[in-house]
Amino acid sequence: MVPLWMYLAVAAALFSLGVFGVLARRNAVAILMSVELMLNAVNINLVAFWRYSETSTDLLLNGYAFTAFVLIVAAAEAAVGLAIIITVYRNRRSVIPEEAVALKG
Amino acid sequence: MELNAITIGFVVFTIFTLGGGFGVVTTRNLFQGTIWLMVSLFGVAGYFILLSAPFLAAVQILVYIGAIAILITFAVMLTRSVTRIKERYIRIVPSFIGSLLLFLILLFGVTVPIFGGHLPESAPQYVASTRDLGIALVDENGYVVPFLLASVLLTAAMIGAIVIARDEKAKGG
Repeated sequence: MVPLWMYLAVAAALFSLGVFGVLARRNAVAILMSVELMLNAVNINLVAFWRYSETSTDLLLNGYAFTAFVLIVAAAEAAVGLAIIITVYRNRRSVIPEEAVALKG
Repeated sequence: MELNAITIGFVVFTIFTLGGGFGVVTTRNLFQGTIWLMVSLFGVAGYFILLSAPFLAAVQILVYIGAIAILITFAVMLTRSVTRIKERYIRIVPSFIGSLLLFLILLFGVTVPIFGGHLPESAPQYVASTRDLGIALVDENGYVVPFLLASVLLTAAMIGAIVIARDEKAKGG
């Protein structure tokens, strides 16, 4: 059996990759893909803690169910985020977030 | 940690997950980026299998690889973002240093038990099944309220995405 800290280390590496992508990539679609990586790192953590915890029967499914809800929210986030990116591209001919400055004060 | 099927699977899925993630944040061509994203998400689905959550692995493949990755592919095509952007990165050095520091802090946090206690080496024998999850999702003592709210959220996101992405000028009426 693989010890728990290895799953957590992999999730930490994946989350850091996602943080790097969000901060450093210029393309909005690439930023959204990096956000998906971060969400997946969180999901690995949730399922790993759920699997390795010796909980009472009342709490038996908390991590499992919470991961399912994170998946649902990720799907909604991707749909709305990509719709916003397509709209911004249609109006400004650009997918670079720094160039979408119409709301800048 | 002996060499068995679970360990080999863990190593393979680690290569998939982290290699795919590295491809996502480094590739120049965003089409290849979506392929790397699929590889990474497939590795995460493998982790779910190893962690005895087969339902989540199936949902991961259906929702992420089947839906979200295809959606991102369409976004890449619709925005023609493959060819226009010459530079991949903005402020690469501070971002790299920041994420590397974050990784080291997280790695320190999960390997060194600062707050006392220790992380378990092996999982308990008993594990809840998909049937338990299905019952808990519609149980009033379980997760029926978040379950219903999730369906409302998905409907709202679907309508919102259609409204946001609709082309006003192309409307017929």
